[in-house]
Amino acid sequence: MTLLSIDNVTKRFGGLTAVDAVSFDIAEGEIMGLLGPNGSGKTTLVNLVSGDLSADGGRITLAGTTLTGRRPDQIARVGVARTFQLVRILPSLTLTENVMVPAVFGAKSHWGAAAHEVAQAALEQVGLARRASSNAGELTYIDQKRLELARALAAEPKLLLLDEWLAGLNPTELGEGVALIRSLADSGITILMVEHIMEAVRALCPRVAVMNSGRLIADEATEVALTDPHVIAAYLGEGEDA
Amino acid sequence: MKLILPVLALALLAAAPFALSDYGLGLLIGAVTYTTLASSWALFSGHTGYISLATVAFYGTGAYTVAVLNEALPYPLVLLAAALVGATMALVVGLSTLRLAGVYFVIFTFGLAELVRQLITWYEVNVTGTLGRYIFLDVTARGIYWQMLALGAVTIGLTALIHRSRLGLALRVIGDDEVVAAHSGIPLARTKLVAFVLSATILTLAGAIASPRWVYVEPAIVFNPTVSFLTVIMALLGGANRLWGPALGAVPLFLAFEWLSVKLPDTYPIFLGFLFIGVVFALPDGVLAGIERLRQRREGAG
Repeated sequence: MTLLSIDNVTKRFGGLTAVDAVSFDIAEGEIMGLLGPNGSGKTTLVNLVSGDLSADGGRITLAGTTLTGRRPDQIARVGVARTFQLVRILPSLTLTENVMVPAVFGAKSHWGAAAHEVAQAALEQVGLARRASSNAGELTYIDQKRLELARALAAEPKLLLLDEWLAGLNPTELGEGVALIRSLADSGITILMVEHIMEAVRALCPRVAVMNSGRLIADEATEVALTDPHVIAAYLGEGEDA
Repeated sequence: MKLILPVLALALLAAAPFALSDYGLGLLIGAVTYTTLASSWALFSGHTGYISLATVAFYGTGAYTVAVLNEALPYPLVLLAAALVGATMALVVGLSTLRLAGVYFVIFTFGLAELVRQLITWYEVNVTGTLGRYIFLDVTARGIYWQMLALGAVTIGLTALIHRSRLGLALRVIGDDEVVAAHSGIPLARTKLVAFVLSATILTLAGAIASPRWVYVEPAIVFNPTVSFLTVIMALLGGANRLWGPALGAVPLFLAFEWLSVKLPDTYPIFLGFLFIGVVFALPDGVLAGIERLRQRREGAG
């Protein structure tokens, strides 16, 4: 069954068309990669889904509910959670409070003990439970990324958007990160992940969508896409010109 | 258990007028008024970090409402009218400005106080043909004090409730990062508006309650921008995001300014300036946070 449906979505910034009539669907429980060179419109597309930007054309729906035209807080309550390309934590709040926020204000509106339980479970999932009461501002970069993921999980979302969540990790951390995302996927959560690290994409995503200059140039099985001449040309430049 | 100390202090403060001279009572009224102003200012600005310089716009509006209505309506209705005027004004202002962030919001709120003052001046001169108004109310200094004390207690009580509520958490998240707040399901506009209107209504009521002390009222007197600056600096000195922070900043600062303005009537604004700079440099998070840091450092060393 289709969970997220992106239908002919367009976003313009002045004269630049950052996302140009992009369409694809993600089925429930699927984990899909979103690839493309820098500036190809991946993050813009994620921002359109989460409501951070409003689309100039087209329609985005989540399990039949229209997301386009709604505010980010409304979209969050419908069941979309995300992480940010540049990690965003709430530095003056404790880890527990950070993670509690979407549990309290999201679809389920937990409060009190229930909200704490959800937060604790999410912190455990990413391996931060021991530090629950420390301040988020004191965390290292990798732990901030973990915290951000825990916050997204505490929303108990239907769809999780990961915007280069694995970027900037060292090889050991990368291995842990991939295992973590795999465990989320196994728990049945639907994931759309923007990612540059091909090793991780191969390991996690059976299917990818590839963007270049705002357009969708491929939407196919990962192994096929990575040998697709169009995709290779987009990443490396046209063969004839080289 | 935690309630015993505040309730005891409140009873003591309520009984204080019987033991004080008129001058002493005047000081106490001032201290309680500024505690109320700083606490209600912090109700919105403390956690969100939206620094408002519109305090006197609401405070002055409260005083002016009393000046206009004091002969037409019974006193309780005058207060109710002031609260309604303040809430309506805050609603309109909030809807149009809470999208502004950082320095733009600060400048707008400062402009708002000036705008209200000029509008009322224009109206009084051109429509009613008089600039000043008299407030003849049969409210004693003690009456004013008790009302202000009650308003201050309600403000701090309300702040305590908000700190423990969803609204309090939402305001803190907004103060840290509005993008994260929105993506976590917090309706930004509504949350900020609720806190802003609550805070502004209390500010307006404080102006209404304090107004009989003036007897004679005109825009230049009741819309004095120093009130806005003092409120901000008092709240920041104590710690704007703590329950007792604003009170802790307001009482000593008010007493210090009273003392200075008596001893050094000409040069006292200079000290005001130094103090502003000092607070921002030395204690950006307030005295309470400073003490906590010191204690942590000592524990770390020992």
